Amino acid sequence: MIKKAILFLGKKTASFFYFTGGINKLALEAFYLTFKPPFKEKPFIEQCRKVGVDSLPIVSMVAFFIGVILALQTAYQMQRLGSEMYIASIVAVSIVRELGPIITALVVAGRVGAAITAELGSMNVTEQIDALETLAANPVKYLVVPRFLALSIMLPLLTLYADAIGIFGGWLICVNKLSISSGMYTHITFNTLLFKDLFTGLAKTVFFGMIIAFVSCYEGFNVQGGAEGVGRATRHSVVNSFILIIAFDCFFTAFFYFIFP
Amino acid sequence: MDMIELRNISKSFESHKVLDDLTLHVKRGSTFVVIGRSGCGKSVLLKHIEGLLKPEAGEIFVDGKSILSMPDADMNSLRMKMGMVFQGGALFDSLTVGENVGFSLIEYSSLTKDQIHGRVEESLKLVGLSGIQELTPSELSGGMRKRVALARAICTNPDIILYDEPTTGVDPITADAINDLIRGLHDKLRVTSIVVTHDMKSAYKIADRIGMLYQGKLIAEGSPEEIQNSGNPFVHQFINGLAQGPITDDIKRTL
Repeated sequence: MIKKAILFLGKKTASFFYFTGGINKLALEAFYLTFKPPFKEKPFIEQCRKVGVDSLPIVSMVAFFIGVILALQTAYQMQRLGSEMYIASIVAVSIVRELGPIITALVVAGRVGAAITAELGSMNVTEQIDALETLAANPVKYLVVPRFLALSIMLPLLTLYADAIGIFGGWLICVNKLSISSGMYTHITFNTLLFKDLFTGLAKTVFFGMIIAFVSCYEGFNVQGGAEGVGRATRHSVVNSFILIIAFDCFFTAFFYFIFP
Repeated sequence: MDMIELRNISKSFESHKVLDDLTLHVKRGSTFVVIGRSGCGKSVLLKHIEGLLKPEAGEIFVDGKSILSMPDADMNSLRMKMGMVFQGGALFDSLTVGENVGFSLIEYSSLTKDQIHGRVEESLKLVGLSGIQELTPSELSGGMRKRVALARAICTNPDIILYDEPTTGVDPITADAINDLIRGLHDKLRVTSIVVTHDMKSAYKIADRIGMLYQGKLIAEGSPEEIQNSGNPFVHQFINGLAQGPITDDIKRTL
């Protein structure tokens, strides 16, 4: 029993180090190849469209609902204290610093990260990645670099958009249901928000984008078996991205809280 | 002179030994056919020559150069002189047929769009297809996909072509056309080829030499006539497609 438990733990630890080592190796190679010619803009633009433009509807919907929910939940607390005026500032700060970035990253990890793993995984099992190598094309340069760049650039832009939609959701509730004037809501929102809030919120999404790109590409490249393997890799990709994004967010938040209070 | 040489190659996947101290010589401009049962390591052998897999032991020489210690840039230049036809075609789903066939020309050559279009059409005509450049691989039948893969391999006029079961899954007429094409590339352009197959009709038609892979080793090698008249019971069972014989006895023994 104890032997089994030790073996299990050993196996899990080894696979964890194998995974993190693999991700780091892929990331370093992708960073290096990003600056190595030739530079092709077509695959990059195509990926920006898939990551950014195509994600707009779902990000809009989720951000809007989060804004509405947050305003209502905050109102529930603030009305008890008779401090409805704080709703606008609480909604703004919560969304810009935390909810906008994390919700957008999780939505994109589920939508785009899963699609990347499934696509690269299918390419892997049908020998398309081998075929790329035989045609003297580096699969990391050809497949990973455009996805990594698109995710690292589009995720902050999507987050900025989600922040605006979330605040709009809060505004809609406050103005229509809580009798706060539109001018007052906007005034409080912009007065409360500091540049630091926006910066810390957006800066971490660049790293979230990288996490999604490297985890999803790594899982896709390491698919074993046929359709079942692709399914398993896609699940691992989403779960690992979620865990890493939240863990990194926790670390990042603590870092900014203690270093730049 | 040997164009491709494998010296004492060994390769295992987990505990299963796929190639076991295998040695192979392919002369420049000749066609070498590797026969053997499915799953005996024929495709693995081809992937070693393309540098997609690394052996645990042994040396691989292509055009006189050892590919195992070769820097990436040199390996890529060598790959430009080689073409590979994968078993399932391995066409890129996200690209059109034209972009697939002209992949190397689009990526690396300075040819204009029209010139590339012309070269692609020429390659497609050689495999009996034309006017399908705008289609995507998902719109093609299995046999057509295989022929497009063949067109992609020959589009850059390579010196070496590696074929992984080029006639499997295509109709007999197309299979014979593919055999003629491989023979033609050999006769006219002196292309060095390694063809992995278990289609004996095809093997006799295209081969200069045939080698049989069994349990990780080349157990027999010779001209098509020598193989046809081989006294080796393993070769005899395989080339005659017999359900009973030493190969099946070996399998029963390991079960």
